[in-house]
Amino acid sequence: MSYHSLLLGLTALILAPLAGGIAAGLDRKLTARLQSRYGPPVTQPFYDVLKLFGKECQWVNIWAPFFALLYLFANAAALLLFVLGGDLLLLFFIMTLALSCLIIGALAAVSPYSRLGADRELILALMYEPLLLSVFLGIAQAAGSFDIDLIQNAPGSIFLDFPLGFAALFLVFLIKLHKSPFDFTAAHHAHQELVQGILTEYAGPFLAVVEIGHWYEIVLLLLLFTLFRPFGGWGTVLIPIVLYLLVLIVDNTVPRLTWRWTLRRIWIPGWLLVSANLAWMAV
Amino acid sequence: MTLSRIVNRSRAKSPWLLCFNGGGCNGCAIEVLACLTPVYDLERFGIVNTGNPKHADLLLMTGTVNRRNHRTLENLFQTMTSPRLVVAAGACACTGGIFKEASNVLGGADQAVKVDVHVPGCPPKPETIIDGLLQAVEKLG
Repeated sequence: MSYHSLLLGLTALILAPLAGGIAAGLDRKLTARLQSRYGPPVTQPFYDVLKLFGKECQWVNIWAPFFALLYLFANAAALLLFVLGGDLLLLFFIMTLALSCLIIGALAAVSPYSRLGADRELILALMYEPLLLSVFLGIAQAAGSFDIDLIQNAPGSIFLDFPLGFAALFLVFLIKLHKSPFDFTAAHHAHQELVQGILTEYAGPFLAVVEIGHWYEIVLLLLLFTLFRPFGGWGTVLIPIVLYLLVLIVDNTVPRLTWRWTLRRIWIPGWLLVSANLAWMAV
Repeated sequence: MTLSRIVNRSRAKSPWLLCFNGGGCNGCAIEVLACLTPVYDLERFGIVNTGNPKHADLLLMTGTVNRRNHRTLENLFQTMTSPRLVVAAGACACTGGIFKEASNVLGGADQAVKVDVHVPGCPPKPETIIDGLLQAVEKLG
């Protein structure tokens, strides 16, 4: 590993939580503005996390904090892998590992709310993980390699070859961010029928750890869109910002729906989008 | 600025709320909910209504403590992780209010837990509740 890539990796590890935290703060501010409220400051998520680190350590099962930490490390590792130009398939497996850690941590406590939240998260994972994998396969097909460095430097725009994959990735993005209409596993804004769903039993510093892990995840998911390079250089910077704002507007305009609805209305169209595009590319 | 001062400042800026309605007439609970609406907007102070005692910093009690709910209130308070504070909103939560003489009523929130801030009124105005919460926040910070 060269000196340059070490520096790049360290910068990414430090900047990503800052960017993710500001994105989460923008989310809360914009949500408040859309509901004609004044809203908390943009730096509010940082106050929340710092406060949580100052709270009493408490857990039901020792495995819950262990898996919370593993969730953070796996998300950080996934981001590092992306920034240093690793393998796209390996990235997918590390992302899945992070998700599994969150679910196992939630299942560790004998709590009906966190258990139901974890069950629903598993159902969601069954929906979007194959979608995400086939999106990665499509990207690799269009670019001719699974190597992220090679994909980023591939000639032509992947977006033009794989536009429906871009749409499918947006669906995955909405689900992974726990935004309406898919916020039935854990909701950030208001309490819901499952209290805090999958996050119910993470308390104090370990909730803060999960939150920071989620910030890494937001940044990584936004970076995935840049692989498509839709509108050249500026598009690489603007598209993640525009998509994030779009997610926030969708979150505030649609109601929460059930997992059955998601299975019917998201899984099947998602598969149709990706497989139609893969078939078209193969022809 | 030391680390503990940074954490204390953050505590004052992000108190998460757990609302508990004891045996009251629901008037105070409605005023508490009014605080969360766009007109009063509690979230501008970073206050979030969590509904999960494990995540909460402030326990906002309305209504009286009676023979049925004093255990529930104690349990909720014990489940909260420290630092934790209790705010009693309304006459009933402060002293028992008009229900004080009822046979099943023990009195105000202080019959079950130690109350840090009392908010008077029957029901208190949303502005008064917000003022009470912010006084509790000053104790956190």
